[in-house]
Amino acid sequence: MSVKRSIHTDAIHSAIIAELEKINFILAGEVVKAFSSMKDREESALAKKTLELLGENARIAGECRIPLCQDCGSVVIFMEIGQQLVIEGDALSTAVDAAVGEAYRKFYLRKSIVRDPLRRENTGTNAPAFLHTDIVPGDALRMMILLKGGGSENMTALKMLRPTASLDDIVEYIAGHVREAGPNPCPPLFLGIGLGGTADVAMVNSKKAVFRGLGTSHPDPFYAKLEQRIMDAANETGVGPLGFGGVSTVAAVFIREAPTHIASLPVALNLNCHSLRCSEAVL
Amino acid sequence: MSPIIISAPLDEAHIASVRAGDEVLFNGTLYVARDRAHERMSAMIARGEALPFDARGQILYYMGPSPAPPGMVIGGAGPTTSSRMDPFTDVMLAAGIKCLIGKGRRGPAVRESLVSRRALYCASFGGAAAYLNRKIVSAEIIAFEDLGPEALYRLQVKDFPAVVVNDICGGDLYESAIRA
Repeated sequence: MSVKRSIHTDAIHSAIIAELEKINFILAGEVVKAFSSMKDREESALAKKTLELLGENARIAGECRIPLCQDCGSVVIFMEIGQQLVIEGDALSTAVDAAVGEAYRKFYLRKSIVRDPLRRENTGTNAPAFLHTDIVPGDALRMMILLKGGGSENMTALKMLRPTASLDDIVEYIAGHVREAGPNPCPPLFLGIGLGGTADVAMVNSKKAVFRGLGTSHPDPFYAKLEQRIMDAANETGVGPLGFGGVSTVAAVFIREAPTHIASLPVALNLNCHSLRCSEAVL
Repeated sequence: MSPIIISAPLDEAHIASVRAGDEVLFNGTLYVARDRAHERMSAMIARGEALPFDARGQILYYMGPSPAPPGMVIGGAGPTTSSRMDPFTDVMLAAGIKCLIGKGRRGPAVRESLVSRRALYCASFGGAAAYLNRKIVSAEIIAFEDLGPEALYRLQVKDFPAVVVNDICGGDLYESAIRA
């Protein structure tokens, strides 16, 4: 197969900076809309007020250029690299980390990454990014960036269910975890669910799932129905916006499923906080 | 119901009068500390040293800001997860702190300490970093500058909003929410 296209890491570097600037300060219109429709469904004054305040936070962040959240997150990047694309310039990870460092310095974003999990010295740049690469057909580079705060990441869960577990068991486990997490992951949540695969694949899928896009439902009606059941069950927990009580605990559910072993049914949960900061670019 | 105004130093009557679920607005001084600052302050107390500020009647806010952009006193300034400070909380309450602001649930030991030491735990609005920035009038680092975003800050705030989660009678807003 002949090489069709090349891209320089400088272009990747600039694109990452542009995306990081956007998602740290501008909350996606769909998320703002979700706050407003959830507010209409709430009866408690505090739940309504909380959702209104989160909308106001998004307005101020954009207008005054203050980050949406002081936890500007771990930078998680999924790159799908066309196998007919040649990447020229720096090593890919060097270019990515340089972009993260430049963006976090230039835009006054909080640097939250320590070099070592036990010795805990801050790298001072918010790098390294957590970069996943996949080789895919074609000659394009698709980049999906997610900022993940520590509070919500700490509520991540993985459970290896029995393969004979019923849909009820799955729904019950997930709603139970959302209830248990309560206020900690900053609900209303954008809940990513990885089903199947090996444990590691399920975890990655739970993070990738959200890139299906807000306002979309699963293309397979079976899973679309399951997403709705999970959302209804989670919203019956009473947790509500920021755990203060209400019916808006989960704003959206995204399932990403994968083939799995006959003995296994991994269920991975990625609880994205209300401040859903993700974007996608194709180079 | 209009929010209750709270300012440090807190007096006993004020602490006794608020209940889980009450909306409050803080005015005046808040001290900011998160994980590493708590670790250091606990060590100072264990060694019998004085804390960098007089804790009696004061309010502690669990937060690690983003850097102040030019022309602002602070950057994004929303609460961080409180439970990480649980192991250090009783010692801070013993030193005189009367109110804690953060987000998320506290463990059973902290909830007991709050009752026995007559102090409040409030949650501010998690993830509302830009909104809360506008409620902070001034910010200064008073200790542990080497810790960067984990330094000990003194803030002056005006109408800084929060909700009472744990009161001195054992009331718990988060528990009531999932029981309802």
